[in-house]
Amino acid sequence: MSATTTDVLIIGGGMAAAWAAIAAAEAGAKVVVVDKGAMGTSGVTATGGPGHWWVPPDPALRREAIARQTAKAAGLGDPAWMERIIELTWRHLPTIAPWYPFGSDGQGGRFINGVRGPEYMRALRAFAAARGAEIRDHHPALELMADPDGRVIGARGVSLRDEQPWAVRAGAVVLATGGAAFRSGLIGSHGCTGDGHLMAAEAGARLSGMEFSIAYSLSPSWASTRTLPYTGARFYDADGHELDIAPPRAGHAHYQTLGAAMLAGPVFADLIDAPRELPGVLRRIQPLTAATFARRGIDLFRDRFPVRLFGEGTLRGTGGIDLDDADCRTGVPGLFAAGDAATRERVAGASSGGGAVNSAWALSSGRIAGAAAAGEAVGARRNAPARALGQAGLHPGDTVRDIDGADMIRRTGASIHDYDKAFWRREETLSASAAALEADWRAIADHGHATGRAAVELRSTAAIVATARWVVASARARRETRGLHYRDDAREADPAQAHRLLSGGLDDVWVRPLTDAKEEIAA
Amino acid sequence: MIAYLIAERCTNCAACVAVCPALVFDPGVAQPVVARADACETCYLCELACSEDALYVAPETDSHAAPPVTDLIAAGLVGQIRRDSGWNEPFDAGQLDDYRLLGPLLGAGVDIATRRYEARHARQA
Repeated sequence: MSATTTDVLIIGGGMAAAWAAIAAAEAGAKVVVVDKGAMGTSGVTATGGPGHWWVPPDPALRREAIARQTAKAAGLGDPAWMERIIELTWRHLPTIAPWYPFGSDGQGGRFINGVRGPEYMRALRAFAAARGAEIRDHHPALELMADPDGRVIGARGVSLRDEQPWAVRAGAVVLATGGAAFRSGLIGSHGCTGDGHLMAAEAGARLSGMEFSIAYSLSPSWASTRTLPYTGARFYDADGHELDIAPPRAGHAHYQTLGAAMLAGPVFADLIDAPRELPGVLRRIQPLTAATFARRGIDLFRDRFPVRLFGEGTLRGTGGIDLDDADCRTGVPGLFAAGDAATRERVAGASSGGGAVNSAWALSSGRIAGAAAAGEAVGARRNAPARALGQAGLHPGDTVRDIDGADMIRRTGASIHDYDKAFWRREETLSASAAALEADWRAIADHGHATGRAAVELRSTAAIVATARWVVASARARRETRGLHYRDDAREADPAQAHRLLSGGLDDVWVRPLTDAKEEIAA
Repeated sequence: MIAYLIAERCTNCAACVAVCPALVFDPGVAQPVVARADACETCYLCELACSEDALYVAPETDSHAAPPVTDLIAAGLVGQIRRDSGWNEPFDAGQLDDYRLLGPLLGAGVDIATRRYEARHARQA
């Protein structure tokens, strides 16, 4: 067993984790990062290309941007938080320059707000290392540890390379484990299984906004890619008849019409209408996307190719671990959350935080959580007896039995992402999903047990099922249509439901509305 | 999924071992070992890390199948992502000078789809 003591432990390896590590180290803390994958290639940023919400510090421009985003947030946003993440992003994104080759803005300056994923994560890793963070790749956390008062004081996990257990004691812990994509095949999302959500809930934290989790991206059927080339695509059925698909700007109707067509049979796309400049530069902008076609021998801009929708779960949705204050505390002492692991409702509300707002959130909440965790770690007790908090998959409540995790993950993913269930949520289908998820949860909580690498996969499976239960329970509780959440049996927004929904619980899932304004936090 | 580790190009620098988020590679004596090929997530990021262009990832997320490696090399497909990215070029090489076009081109596609949809429905009306 490798045992370490540090000031701040950061769990995760994507954008938010890296920014948390940088900020915590800059605040003078000793920082250890443990990641299931490898910081630099883990998570959805590494294969992506995040644009960041980017508004110059001109009061009128910022007021206008915040007003627009507040309207989009459908009653659930918080302008003060929006203002804060715009400013933090503006101030800190340029600081990656020593490690990132910013391109031209075409006007003699640098183009800053959009960054390519692989280069960005390479830069953030180097930045965090340069600030003194110790980065442990392939070191997934399996469970949090708490002292007798319930204060989180570290985590335990396993090193994938040698399958040896590790433990890190820390003054504060930041969960930056990403969202949950339910193994949809979305590029970069394989490790995004809701691990932090499960660990937080085991420590007593609550979640929020889990119903806002219906988001998809279009890609060729054989692999998920970035979506730049497809926004102007024409669509066809198997007989070559052009389909009448509502355009991307139609929002939910775009996905509903595509989903309906895909439920009826295979759907094909071509890019004969693509912007004329695109073919010449696609390889220079998104080399991975171009390769996905070149390696199949397909001419992306001439040939017709099969497409499907890849679910993005809570990643491009907005729900996650609820935050208790303006420092990204979770409400559990010693435990912070950042990035897609946390709820983004305060900046994105009920609508997708995808793209610019989510990226600004990941940067900002990472920095906020990292700095606050560093402050909290100073003077924290390090010698309290530690209690491990992990349950499902680690400490079964009954006799150990084999769990067919792959099958469980497929079922769970289908309950969240199947087009008929997702684009037309109804009480009947949601309640059927809830019952199926309940049975899977009981199986894994009562009988699941594994060690070594198998424990990592079993815990990921437990986290996927747990997260899906909060999603489905929250979707049942919101009996209206709002933002990303579309109820086919309640197609209008209900002003009486313009509040957030908290959720949580392991053996007994609960959902309750946050109707007391006093509980809302100021940024 | 990972299709080839080209032994004659590999210098055993083990960058792929370090960067793969899915632990596909184990360290080896002469070269890394593709120990868990089916764990490959088709993220292509090992190719960026491989300055010798000794790796090739097939484009399907559920298959390792690829043409013979000599054909892939002849077609310029091996190492293409690294070259297109300018991954190992100096920071002033302009490798991201077109990147600012991403947003405008994405938006142009959205506009095209909107106009086409409106035109079709105007005709039908």
